[in-house]
Amino acid sequence: MANAERITLTEDHLDVLIGNLHKDGYRVIAPRLEGGAIGLDEIRSVKDLPRGWNDEHGPGTYVLKRDAGEALFASAVGPGSMKRFLFPPEVRLWKATRDGSRFEIHPESHHRSPKFAFLGVRPCDVHALAVQDAVLQKGRFVDADYVRRRKDCLIVAVNCTSASANCFCTSMKTGPKATMGFDLAFTEILDGDRHVFVMETGSEQGRAIIKDVPHEAATDADCQLAEAAVQETARRMRKQLSTDGIRELLQRRFDDRRWDQTAERCLACANCTMVCPTCFCMNVEDATDVSGAVAERWRRWDSCFTQGHTYLHGGSVRFSGKGRYRQWMTHKLSYWIDQFGVSGCVGCGRCITWCPVGIDITEEARALRDNDRNTSTSNQGSV
Amino acid sequence: MIAEATEPMVSRPFRVDRTWKETHDTFSLELHPLDGGDFTFLPGQFNMLYQWGIGEVPISISGHPAAAGKAVHTIRAVGSVTKMMRQLRRGDVIGVRGPYGTPWPVADIAGQDIVIITGGIGLAPLRPVMYHLLQHRDRYGKILMLYGARTPNDMLYVKELEQWRGRFDLHVSVTVDRAESSWRGNVGVVTNLMPRFHFDQEMTIAMVCGPEIMMRFTLQELSKRGIPAENIFVSMERNMKCGIGLCGHCQFGPDFICKDGPVFRYDRIKDRMLKREL
Amino acid sequence: MEDLKTYLVEHPFLQGLEPRYVDLIVGCAKNVRFDTGEFLLREGEEANEFYLIRHGKVSLEIYAAEKGHITVQTAGEGDVLGWSWLIPPYHWQFDVRATEMVRAIALDGKCLRTKCEEDHHLGYELLKRFAHLVSQRLESTRLQLLDVYGDKD
Repeated sequence: MANAERITLTEDHLDVLIGNLHKDGYRVIAPRLEGGAIGLDEIRSVKDLPRGWNDEHGPGTYVLKRDAGEALFASAVGPGSMKRFLFPPEVRLWKATRDGSRFEIHPESHHRSPKFAFLGVRPCDVHALAVQDAVLQKGRFVDADYVRRRKDCLIVAVNCTSASANCFCTSMKTGPKATMGFDLAFTEILDGDRHVFVMETGSEQGRAIIKDVPHEAATDADCQLAEAAVQETARRMRKQLSTDGIRELLQRRFDDRRWDQTAERCLACANCTMVCPTCFCMNVEDATDVSGAVAERWRRWDSCFTQGHTYLHGGSVRFSGKGRYRQWMTHKLSYWIDQFGVSGCVGCGRCITWCPVGIDITEEARALRDNDRNTSTSNQGSV
Repeated sequence: MIAEATEPMVSRPFRVDRTWKETHDTFSLELHPLDGGDFTFLPGQFNMLYQWGIGEVPISISGHPAAAGKAVHTIRAVGSVTKMMRQLRRGDVIGVRGPYGTPWPVADIAGQDIVIITGGIGLAPLRPVMYHLLQHRDRYGKILMLYGARTPNDMLYVKELEQWRGRFDLHVSVTVDRAESSWRGNVGVVTNLMPRFHFDQEMTIAMVCGPEIMMRFTLQELSKRGIPAENIFVSMERNMKCGIGLCGHCQFGPDFICKDGPVFRYDRIKDRMLKREL
Repeated sequence: MEDLKTYLVEHPFLQGLEPRYVDLIVGCAKNVRFDTGEFLLREGEEANEFYLIRHGKVSLEIYAAEKGHITVQTAGEGDVLGWSWLIPPYHWQFDVRATEMVRAIALDGKCLRTKCEEDHHLGYELLKRFAHLVSQRLESTRLQLLDVYGDKD
């Protein structure tokens, strides 16, 4: 990477960027400390960023510690992702009015959508966005609301200089460095007293925006620091998920005993689907007011873990927790590839952190792979 | 008219032209679009029908595919939406999105013998196939329809079945699961009818639709008779919310029933039929 | 006798049976005919014969006081009726009535049971075929019991 392509910004410069984005009409969404977690929410300036805050992830555990000094982007991921803004939990699709027996539908997409600038989103989440794009706007039918919100998005990604205990982006090839899908991407450097952001542009839009922000050409030393930090993150990543033949593996292990074992732990609470940045299941809900003159259609987040998700003719096809956990994981790592040409998992680790019983998708994949290996090397089946 | 490509969740208003009762719990609607647009479909496809303020249901289209601008649906009244729809009368307006889904392979089966094996309300999505076959009778070899119902009173389209039975150029055989002694026809499962007929292993195309259990046993029987899986087509069903591949509900393994189905060539899904909770 | 033998050999149920066993069975066989509405067998009666249907249709019925006769199965050309002759106490479990004129080969149960006791190979060949028949009937009955077309919502 030639130095000429890299620039450095100071914290003040970053503040100018944020200010400019506001002036341009963007809602700037960045990591924010709220409610005991580092979520994604609107910021007005650098002051709103979670300075010094770090997050410790474990199976079913999430603890915040303020031990990162001056760092603004020390944390990994919070429970929220860009999904909350681009594919909100509740959206009205249309309103309709009735006149006698006729009716007229007024779609919400006729209203303008806010312009989002996501600042400090992780490379795994940038990949998740690309996955959601494939699901929601590349098929024969598109999600009109998502298309509307997605159209003018600006992505300013932050490369990871630390990994949480649950991260496995290296396995899913989605990080710790952003390589696609961004307008701007930066790495935060803290070097003695110096606090700079080594930045690169990723699009015309990014280049246009950075023109109006004070910056300097990046020095070789800074570029090397940035590069080293990211590589160190990759090296230190603890969790691994082998994606070798994973599509076939999961479909082959449909009757594996592991599903029964994990089902005894899984509460079918649906947390994983809520925090997962690529889960897209939704419910279509129709309602009318008391008079019956006005009707609405809403889109609400749904989850394959609910009892009623596969309701058919008086019962549910996936009536057991086992069936539902198996579906979620097999879809995420296997069927998704058949459907969209990419994996549904970006290795963000959120499902591990926010599973109340700490089920770890990387452990599950390993167990299934081990059982598969043992089955093929012995005559015994896996029941 | 709101463009479907950009607003696929917006229903088109269709007017009810006719309604009639089929059986004690099943009724039919004939609809046409109010917005001046057209409506055409391929046999096997379905519409998402919207009952004002209550909800949408996926219902297969069961009319003649060549009858321009009309949508006919046979509906079983079992839930809040369909029970409300049973009260629809001529002049009422409902919402329609569609047609969606993959069709029966009527375009590719010229010169073959066709066997249609269906049960219960599964006859509804296959009736357009029969209409098409009969409209172009000389294109096909032998045509056989086997139909199973719960009781004689639960049989759909009785008059048409009788008409088809009366023709010299096709064979229709029906059976019921149980009947009073006034019933002079067959009693027993639909697979019991199969041994009476010869199926040419190379020339036969089979189309199967009905409750999943009935389909499983029928498919076993067809396989036993040497019909290759590539020559058998099945219509599958799962819970649907959006009908357009976005809500995730209708997944059947890697396929979405709403866009990769509902009609599947059997070899594609053969391995999934015995997977519980798939 | 020659006619009977031809029919026996041709009937699907006895397909593959060695000619010497066909000869053994012929001795217990006779042609029968039932007119429309006639009962071939009645519930509770002694099961002395079983039938290979060559032509026509029958219905298997059970009588229930409040419902009259309920048909549980129909059968026709190529089908076999009755295995109660094989299993003590040798009584029929339901009624079978001809719904169309029926021609069948009736096989004398007592006669066959004796021959089977004398020649166990014959017994095995017949039992194999009856086991298959019973299992098919059981399968069909189970499917009917499931009421797959029924309203479950």
